[in-house]
Amino acid sequence: MNRIERAFHTARQSDARLLMPFICGGFPRPGMTGPLLAALERGGASVVEIGIPFSDPIADGPVIAGAMHKAIEAGTTPERVFEEALSVRDTIGIGLVAMVSVSIAHRLGGREGFLARTRESGFDGVIIPDLPFEESGAYRERCGELGLTFSHLVAPTTPRDRAAALAKGSTGFVYLLARTGITGERSDAPDVAERVAALRRATDLPIACGFGIATAEHVRAVVAHADAAIVGSAMVRRIERAAGSGLDPIEAAEALTRELAAGLPGTPG
Amino acid sequence: MTTAPAPAPAPRISDVPDERGRFGPYGGSYVPETLVAALRQLDEVYRRVSRDERFWEELRELERTFTGRPTPLYRADRLTAHARSAGGRGHGATVWLKREDLAHTGAHKINNTLGQALLTQRMNKGRVIAETGAGQHGVATATAAARFGFQCDVYMGAEDARRQRLNVVRMKALGARVVEVESGSRTLKDATNEAMRDWMESVEHTHYILGSVVGPHPFPLIVRDLQSIIGRETKAQCLRTLGRLPDAVVACVGGGSNAAGIFYPFVEDEKVRLVGVEAGGRSNEPGQHAAPLAFGAPGILHGSLSYVLQDEHGQTAPVHSCSAGLDYPGVGPEHSFWKDAGRVTYAVADDRQALDAFTLLARTEGIIPALETAHAIAHAVRLAGTMNDDQHLVVNCSGRGDKDVEEAARLLGW
Ligand SMILES: Cc1ncc(COP(=O)(O)O)c(C=O)c1O
Repeated sequence: MNRIERAFHTARQSDARLLMPFICGGFPRPGMTGPLLAALERGGASVVEIGIPFSDPIADGPVIAGAMHKAIEAGTTPERVFEEALSVRDTIGIGLVAMVSVSIAHRLGGREGFLARTRESGFDGVIIPDLPFEESGAYRERCGELGLTFSHLVAPTTPRDRAAALAKGSTGFVYLLARTGITGERSDAPDVAERVAALRRATDLPIACGFGIATAEHVRAVVAHADAAIVGSAMVRRIERAAGSGLDPIEAAEALTRELAAGLPGTPG
Repeated sequence: MTTAPAPAPAPRISDVPDERGRFGPYGGSYVPETLVAALRQLDEVYRRVSRDERFWEELRELERTFTGRPTPLYRADRLTAHARSAGGRGHGATVWLKREDLAHTGAHKINNTLGQALLTQRMNKGRVIAETGAGQHGVATATAAARFGFQCDVYMGAEDARRQRLNVVRMKALGARVVEVESGSRTLKDATNEAMRDWMESVEHTHYILGSVVGPHPFPLIVRDLQSIIGRETKAQCLRTLGRLPDAVVACVGGGSNAAGIFYPFVEDEKVRLVGVEAGGRSNEPGQHAAPLAFGAPGILHGSLSYVLQDEHGQTAPVHSCSAGLDYPGVGPEHSFWKDAGRVTYAVADDRQALDAFTLLARTEGIIPALETAHAIAHAVRLAGTMNDDQHLVVNCSGRGDKDVEEAARLLGW
């Protein structure tokens, strides 16, 4: 069991739920990813997704796409994200998931070079959102050999039988998209009850749910059904706002994590 | 008695893509899960209608009465004379123009959008979106949307909206909403990103009319098939007027749809030389051109594996061309397949050569070409000058240049 699997396993035993924030590697500045990971752990995150910045992220809204562009402009490369993760790996216990476009994974050696480097850098799992099931066999297999979890995304547009296949093809957890569309905050809490229940009939794997989840209340609504809530744009925006107004982005990220964790059951809210 | 299995027939180069959208190693479908169901539906609907004679009849009728097909194959005598003298030998091939500039809306793009509009209708969707560079695909989509009564939003880079202003006005007149994209390089790649993002939200009731032979399967297949009318007509016209096939066919390559459309019906005719012309921009330096087949490497962009201009970290590289329709870092997967197979050769014409060809065609033949097309003209003149007098070269005159007159005036200092 790697860190991600262990986190879900432990949570299940005590009927707890997980908070999985997303941050953009190299944002707000190169060198900050390591300290941010530690801050998210202090705030109550169990697993963190690190987005490797890509110039053309078609599944991302303006907040995350903007952060990625700024990170790239500031000189962030996939290798620098790997180095930053590795630099704090021994000091943190949280699971790390690399969220990366297949464009980058392919250029950096694909199932061999890229996945091996991800593992060496202390990552525990991989999500390649634009690598659909049909194209993913070789990556999935190699992740298994390397001890990396590999999670498929299940969309509201995914038919039932396909969702079952996606769950079977995943390890660690399945990523249920709370909505159609791109990443970005929404004001209303998503209603995922039915879709989670349908997916549960197809898999025992933990279900993490994300896209548009921005507040403790959203987290509460989601983890009433799913095993984990993923918070991306809201986290990135909080970090950006802090950096832009002379505040400490690390403190801001920790504070938001605490706020969001208040939506987990058993946490004094 | 056992019989040895018959050796599998050598796969024909035209027999692509396979079920998964592969052209050899290229193509495929690299998209977020949210879009998978829509691409499946499109694939299924297209498979069904491609066997449905009524679909093609309906399209042919539109092409005849609305687009004005067949477009002429025109013998360009004064351009031929120029090519022969410029070649330095006084000899050279006869140059013919396949007049896609005479198709309704002024470019080949309408061939694709009418076909995809019929598909949209068959999928019961009431809204279409498109990306556009030169604005020709945007205008062609807006035109089809008006003709079929669809709501239409077109994404266009802000830089392209500036340099192709005429087409912005045309799209608005046709009732489309033009969304200017300010991100990245503010050109075609960024417009494509935004169109895909829109589709991620709207996929259940919106069809994305992709404008070239790029993107995830089945777009490269559908767009090639719809544009192949150009090559089929050219072939029939050559057989009728020359009694034989041409010796060479030349087309410009942005995403590669006008080129794929005129090449595809000839790919099994090995004696016909096929030449694609990419945008050489200012120079061969990274960031100064838009020629992925010449200077790129296989990589994934906008849903398919193909030659692409990327940096060593996988980030899409900046590109430049004076022509908004060629100013794109990727190219259709079938072109990558043809390049590797050696079936099509790819050349480069730079900004200067394209601008020269723009005025050359205007002054020798009275035809003002699009700046995209001018790249093909530039190389065709060069190539014709190396050929023999009894040979024939067809250039795909993919579009007219009205949209480019202001940008050309600026670049030429008029
Ligand atoms: C007249 C014309 N030719 C060529 C192109 C390039 O596209 P493609 O390579 O798909 O034919 C465009 C694109 O806008 C165009 O308007």
